[in-house]
Amino acid sequence: MLKIENLHVSYGGIRALRGISLEVPDGKIVTLIGANGAGKSTTLRTISGLVKADSGSISYDGEELLGMPIYKILEKGIAMVPEGRRVFTNLTVRENLKIGAYLRNDKAQIEKDLDWVYELFPRLKERDWQLAGTLSGGEQQMLAVARALMSKPKLIMMDEPSLGLAPLVVKGIFDIIRQINDQGVTVLLIEQNANMALKIADYAYVLETGLIGLTGTGRELLVNEDVKRAYLGS
Amino acid sequence: MDALKTTLPYIISGVSVGGQYALIAIGYTMVYGILRLINFAHGDVFMVAGLMMVYLAASLPLYLAIPLVILLTVALGFTIERVAYKPLRTAPRMSVMISAIGVSYLLQNLALYITGGLNKNYPAIPWISDRISIFGMETSRVTVITPFLTIILVVALVQLINHTKIGMAMRAVSRDFETSQLMGIQINRVISATFIIGTFLAAVGSILFFTNYPGVVPTSGAMPGLKAFVAAVFGGIGSIPGAVIGAFIIGIAESVIKGLDTILIVNGVIDEQIGLATFSDAFTFVLLIIILVFKPTGLFGEKSTDKV
Repeated sequence: MLKIENLHVSYGGIRALRGISLEVPDGKIVTLIGANGAGKSTTLRTISGLVKADSGSISYDGEELLGMPIYKILEKGIAMVPEGRRVFTNLTVRENLKIGAYLRNDKAQIEKDLDWVYELFPRLKERDWQLAGTLSGGEQQMLAVARALMSKPKLIMMDEPSLGLAPLVVKGIFDIIRQINDQGVTVLLIEQNANMALKIADYAYVLETGLIGLTGTGRELLVNEDVKRAYLGS
Repeated sequence: MDALKTTLPYIISGVSVGGQYALIAIGYTMVYGILRLINFAHGDVFMVAGLMMVYLAASLPLYLAIPLVILLTVALGFTIERVAYKPLRTAPRMSVMISAIGVSYLLQNLALYITGGLNKNYPAIPWISDRISIFGMETSRVTVITPFLTIILVVALVQLINHTKIGMAMRAVSRDFETSQLMGIQINRVISATFIIGTFLAAVGSILFFTNYPGVVPTSGAMPGLKAFVAAVFGGIGSIPGAVIGAFIIGIAESVIKGLDTILIVNGVIDEQIGLATFSDAFTFVLLIIILVFKPTGLFGEKSTDKV
């Protein structure tokens, strides 16, 4: 289980997170929703080690993650799908997937996992040898998710996977998130698309300017009047 | 036929000079590709490699001195990156560039201090500095070896970059630091590897280069360094094949211009020396200006799309 306690993060003088606490239980889908600038991305970036925290604690299975180098955190089984996909456009699809498995040395198993992600994303298999830069936005998002899966994570964090994608493609991405979760991978999801995210989530947290506002199961928040007004636009 | 016969020796020696430039240019282009830094100290590292050879060969047999020179040069390149560039990883690019200029002057002045500014005779390396004759012209064996050795090294390097794990990591890091880190790549290691490869090639280049020249002075690295830099820009900085092709073009053009008077006299175009050889350096830099004005990305450069 991933546990965040009283986490403070600031950029220069700007306090992005002002003491948040949350839990991501194993095997669940947890979502963070909130407006732009609420601190959602900062939370994920701090967990992955890209951003240094001021104070507080992030523990995974009882082990403190704060202060750990980024690759160690990945080794613990926490992978991230960054915002805006960020695939390596100068590498082929296959190379992007292989680089996802960069820390692993079990060659035979990596080949098997390649087959596994190609099964999840048949579109990528067709484009195996193409440069990732030639893929469409939706395909690049699939590649970014598949790349993170290649590290064999126990927890996968996704930063706005539906951003800028057509509604039909977004639905596909959410189907994949559910499939991944069914295979036993814990998911921590950030979304602007609160409606979709709450429908899929076991638990949800609402972030408001660096603080946790509401929490509850996805279903509870979906019918909550405040959430409806602020994030669901009804 | 006569024209070809008189030009050929200059082309052959140009190909050789081009190979030496290529080995230096790769260091510029690789470092730029990964750090977006023009490593001004690179030419001076090349000079220091020459000086190390002078001092080491004086007390050690060549079969020890040569590998030791390469090893020490690589260590120097690695140390420069760790001491002068790594602490500035998050600083603006201009700061790193100024740091590079600082390292360049530091190396030159250290060399000045140690040598007293005197010309140090480069040791003659048997076999490769032997005189041989090829196509009826007299030259040293190194002239013939250089282009082949360059090509072998370049092919090996391209294989490394395209088909190994560290090569893949280099390509990834050159595109996106942050995402590379999320993949578990330790970017400092990859950057160190880049400097190690770059200085290794410069060390090899220095042995081939100085063998053809009488000696080493503290500013010996400046000119070849600058020419190699022009070659890298000409080919499209960041591109390895570009740097190599650019280096060969500049090497050949320079050498042919040096011999242009003789070629023209032999072919009856002019009657006496008119001093065209003076323009051989100027040509390289005119080329730089032309490429910067008309095709700033060079022959094989990528379009500079900013990261979105």
